[in-house]
Amino acid sequence: MNTDTRSMVRITVNGKVHEQQIDHRSTLLDLLRETLRLTGTKKGCDHGQCGACTVLVDGQRVLSCLKLVVTLDDASVVTIEGLDTDGVHPLQEAFVARDALQCGYCTPGQVCSAIGAMDEARRGWPSLVTPDLANAEVELSTLSREEIRERMSGNLCRCGAYPSIVDAIEDVARQDANGTV
Amino acid sequence: MTSTNQAVTRLDGPDKVTGRARYAVEYGANDVAYAWPVQATCARGRLDRAETDAALAVPGVLDVLTHENVLRLHADGEISPAHMGALPDLLLLQSKDLVFRGQLVAAVIAETPEAAREGAAAVVVVTEAEHARLELTVGDDEAIVPDITNDLSPGHVARGDADRDFADAPVRLDTTYSTAANFAMPMEPHAAMATWDGDRLTVHASDQGPPWTAMTLAGLLGLPPSNVEVVAEYVGGGFGSKAAPRPPIMLAVLAARLVGRPVKVALNRQQSTSLTTYRGPSRQRIRIGAGTDGRISSVIHETTGQTSRLTTYADQTVSATRLMYRAEHCRTTTNVLPLDVPTPAWVRAPGEAPGMFALESAMDELAVQLGMDPIELRVLNEPETDPESGLPFTSRNLVSCLRIGAERFGWSDRRPEPGATSDGRWRLGMGVAAATYPHYLFPSTATARVDSAHRYTVRIGAADIGTGARTALHQIAADALKVPMSDVRIELGRASHGSAPFAGGSMGTASWGAAIESACRELRRRISAGGGIPDEGLEAGAETLEVMTPSNFSRHAYGAHFAAVRVDRDTGEVQVDRMLGVFATGRIINPLTAKSQAVGAMIMGMGMALMEAAEPDTRFGGFVTQDLAGYHVPAHADVRDIDAMFLTEEDPNLGPIAGRGVGEIGIVGTAAAITNAIHNATGIRIKDLPVRAENLLLRVAVKAGER
Repeated sequence: MNTDTRSMVRITVNGKVHEQQIDHRSTLLDLLRETLRLTGTKKGCDHGQCGACTVLVDGQRVLSCLKLVVTLDDASVVTIEGLDTDGVHPLQEAFVARDALQCGYCTPGQVCSAIGAMDEARRGWPSLVTPDLANAEVELSTLSREEIRERMSGNLCRCGAYPSIVDAIEDVARQDANGTV
Repeated sequence: MTSTNQAVTRLDGPDKVTGRARYAVEYGANDVAYAWPVQATCARGRLDRAETDAALAVPGVLDVLTHENVLRLHADGEISPAHMGALPDLLLLQSKDLVFRGQLVAAVIAETPEAAREGAAAVVVVTEAEHARLELTVGDDEAIVPDITNDLSPGHVARGDADRDFADAPVRLDTTYSTAANFAMPMEPHAAMATWDGDRLTVHASDQGPPWTAMTLAGLLGLPPSNVEVVAEYVGGGFGSKAAPRPPIMLAVLAARLVGRPVKVALNRQQSTSLTTYRGPSRQRIRIGAGTDGRISSVIHETTGQTSRLTTYADQTVSATRLMYRAEHCRTTTNVLPLDVPTPAWVRAPGEAPGMFALESAMDELAVQLGMDPIELRVLNEPETDPESGLPFTSRNLVSCLRIGAERFGWSDRRPEPGATSDGRWRLGMGVAAATYPHYLFPSTATARVDSAHRYTVRIGAADIGTGARTALHQIAADALKVPMSDVRIELGRASHGSAPFAGGSMGTASWGAAIESACRELRRRISAGGGIPDEGLEAGAETLEVMTPSNFSRHAYGAHFAAVRVDRDTGEVQVDRMLGVFATGRIINPLTAKSQAVGAMIMGMGMALMEAAEPDTRFGGFVTQDLAGYHVPAHADVRDIDAMFLTEEDPNLGPIAGRGVGEIGIVGTAAAITNAIHNATGIRIKDLPVRAENLLLRVAVKAGER
């Protein structure tokens, strides 16, 4: 019986490959914050209830506090620090312009979640509030505020920046012409 | 063109949206260790011992902090006067008495967070449990009327003879309300990293007031104040819960001392519910005596709250009642019942938020009883001077807030009879409530420097917990220096920058801004007196004094909340369609960030009205709702059309900055506007917060006469 409590894991974070022994109990969130010192990803509840730790794993939004690193062999992770290597992502600019943040602690999770949500809409994925699930017509550039709110409801903001966050996402979604954002 | 009074985007926005902004435990330290709390599982009793052998055997565990090896604290040391109530909870492991469930009984310190947590689970805590009193009841023999409540007003205040006037009044309303306990639940849970260097201590803390926290830590540790640095450059919200140092900070300090290494403590949500305070529940009774014309002659407001065995804490639940309306006779009484519960303390507008829910609901009830419009009832009872003190208001403008808000919100579309408006299954309604919050100012220090290249640096010890203070103070500094903002760098969030009040009481920008303005003006004077800037630069400091405003005025902010709700006839579900807040808060330094704060507070008020309940565990102690799946706060889907606006006000009697602060008034009265709207939609008067769908379920249809 193998009683080793660690395993070798190869994981790519923001384009950089890390190959290291991982404690089986380690979450992706703790790996990012404590080991890799990428502290932009926040720990709000460590329980999958607040969304502050949202990152993109293989292109999809994931709660990093609920993901054990040992399950992520060969996965590619993008965090708030790696969204745009050329500078600042348009969504990050929109958050500042719309004052879509106060304390800032939920903000990286909101931004990563919004990027994931916009990508889901671009693929035509419906949500709970999409009128006709069988014949859903979902387009990012015409996504309603109600749709944005529904799709972002996994990301809590205790300062209550919600209306401005929806403004910021709407601004960027409106500019979307077939995936230019 | 000035920098103030402009909608400037948040100075720290770029750092926050990119993840560069560093919060308490995000600072690196060589050799850092992690501490995990072990908490009492009984609500009352005595600690016998903590058995640590199994924990010490866990790989990676360094040591276990217990009552036997903990540093002895100087309980009588000089601490910040603002922290007297917080003090007993900071005396970690100094006594074997257990007074609430969740109290710290040990902590495991390890190389990794995983090992610390595993070690904590292995500690065996032996206690002698005793019968605990856990339930808040009204009229209990053990309840006391405290000498002072949190705003320093007495527990019993009377003018005239309200009880006699009420007994004889032609129109009488006698009604009771209750509010649930609420958690602040900032997005960043309480956290700290402590680093000792000999007898010098540095704490990176999630804290609303680094200078005062440093002073209190120094006092309790027996250190000179200059030996303690507290850094809080970014704080992930606090809402009052971080306005005093709480146990997590002291735990990091004591654990770091024990192992001789930097130690991080980051609480999870469950631990936060017992170790970081909460807004206590309230049981309130209001009696209003009026004439048949609606003129109020007497108001009696009584409240009962709970406190812990450690300290007598009482919210100022009834204070606003004494000045809201013209009533010749008024009595307010605060009762507080000590229980074996965690210590309640400050959460955003402590007292005003639950108290104004009751008063403003009662005003709505009185309006219904009189057959009057609730806005007209308030206008009719508008006082000319502060009814409590007799002093003139610096400005009030409550009537303007009500009138302008009514116009903007479309109040004239409201039909006064309940249940008159519907949209399919939905019953629609509108409600209004007034708001108030006191104007506080506190002495502060600040420094301003200029170097030979004309670059300015302004320093203050205060923290920006998300309020936008960093940006507003930057604007104030630029204007006082008469230079563009780009020439000024602002540094805050460090105790060593000098004494400054905490971010709380809606007093930050006005108090800190006054010190910064003064320091900047002094620097300009020195620059012109010296005929230029020497190579080594110039520096000026300022310390504002206690008396910055004329004392012969009543200084408060006022506002009006409007809400439009819909209630599902079949399920009792409530949705808030629209909210508008109109506030008279003096000068607004930055309309963009001020509006964000007001809207955010209104959303928290919506949470208080519709979902937030910290449910006490009346069998075992502490709270049943221990995380964000049990303690519900508003999410994106709950928040639709919410708007806030500020009246243009010039008020020369508010002090140098002439602003009253906007952090708290947005949550005062909000819940009443929503529940008054529910009454208008359904005819059901909500008496207990939060609103529960089951309370509206059958009654909606019954009231509408359809069952």
